Amino acid sequence: MSMPYYVPPEQFMKDRADYARKGIARGRTLVALQYANGIAIISENPSTTLHKISEIYDRIAFAGVGKYNEFDQLRVAGVRAADLKGYQFSRQDVDARSLTNQYAQILSQMFSEAPKPMEVELLVAEIGIDSKGDRLFHVLYDGTVLDEKGFCVLGGDSESVLERLRGTFKSEMTLKDALKSAIAALSSADRKLSHEELEVAVLERNGRRRCFRRIEDSEIKSLAG
Amino acid sequence: MSPYSAHTEENDLSIPHATTCVAMRCVGGVVMAGDRRATSGNLISHRSMEKVVQADDFSGVAIAGAAGPAMEMIKLFQLQLEHYEKVEGQTLSLEGKANQLSMFVRSNLPAAMQGLVVVPIFAGFDLLSKSGRLWDYDVTGGRYEEKDFVATGSGMLHASTVMRVSWRRDLAVDDAIKLCARALWEASDADSATGGPDALRGIYPVVASITQDGWSAVDDKSLATIYKEIAKEVGAR
Repeated sequence: MSMPYYVPPEQFMKDRADYARKGIARGRTLVALQYANGIAIISENPSTTLHKISEIYDRIAFAGVGKYNEFDQLRVAGVRAADLKGYQFSRQDVDARSLTNQYAQILSQMFSEAPKPMEVELLVAEIGIDSKGDRLFHVLYDGTVLDEKGFCVLGGDSESVLERLRGTFKSEMTLKDALKSAIAALSSADRKLSHEELEVAVLERNGRRRCFRRIEDSEIKSLAG
Repeated sequence: MSPYSAHTEENDLSIPHATTCVAMRCVGGVVMAGDRRATSGNLISHRSMEKVVQADDFSGVAIAGAAGPAMEMIKLFQLQLEHYEKVEGQTLSLEGKANQLSMFVRSNLPAAMQGLVVVPIFAGFDLLSKSGRLWDYDVTGGRYEEKDFVATGSGMLHASTVMRVSWRRDLAVDDAIKLCARALWEASDADSATGGPDALRGIYPVVASITQDGWSAVDDKSLATIYKEIAKEVGAR
């Protein structure tokens, strides 16, 4: 009878983390940042129908990078959990923090127990009554949760994008400036992004119940030129 | 005779009931309206109930019948439409929404047999055909598309007679709003379970239009003006 090889737990975790990181690095980068009237989420995405950014609830948005089918599955689970909670209790009881914890539980469980870890990074964004109540939760492939302030960058070439964004980000920017700053951060010296290659959505304090809005190509063009 | 009114005579459960709602097609959309009264037997249980509610950006539901199950049905229906929209990334077709509501009404059948009847009207602007469409239902979930107008609830007979006399296919949205207000006025005049405009408390029926610009509720100030005109006209008879 053959014996299974002994794999030290450190090695086991490292292999899995490398696998997940490689998968995520293949995808494009996504940026989320606060602006005066809400939160803007911007990503490079050539498809106009397969979204990386979507609405979860009245004041909560979701964004995923990495493997599309995996983060989409998590998105649908999030919409279901949020709608169920809002129906069972009240719309006010649905919050990003609790949803983020659920995502973290799923991802950490998948990371250590499933045949393969999920190759995704998630963003759960929520806008408050004013900018102090805004939340940006960044969830990594292994379930690590980062509570980001002001802005955050997911996936792909996140280090250099983060570096560029740090240089241009200011709090209380207009949407126009926020978009410009994000697009500049996503573009590199040898590659300028055009509005057709971008997917943009915002959570905005618009006085309505549902704060999520997609920004179409034409509007991106007129805003960010 | 409607399944709704057939039941009220033998049904002595003293739970709140919502009463008269109307809807009609007009040029460029539909208009829906409902009075604000809920009754328990011969008592008024609520004066400001909203039976005509927005279902999503381009549709609305009006409900007559047992208030509890009716409100629950609306809540679930709104949830279902929004959930579908978020999960699928696009809204259901208007026909799809009407069909979905039909399933909710059908699943209420056992309760309806016990007297808790819920009979909605569904209306909206169809983005595919670029026109207003409306449906009424029976207790078994039967779904009937109407080409002109429809009324539900205890005052439906009086309200639909008013609409029958004055409805024209070329009614503009504003005229349709006035006609709906008038239909509810006459229903409240002859049916004790239907509430009229309550100038004393500032409570007016809910009247809303749905066009290609979406759902738009008529504000109380405009309704007050419309009802003043009707009162003047009726007073001069």
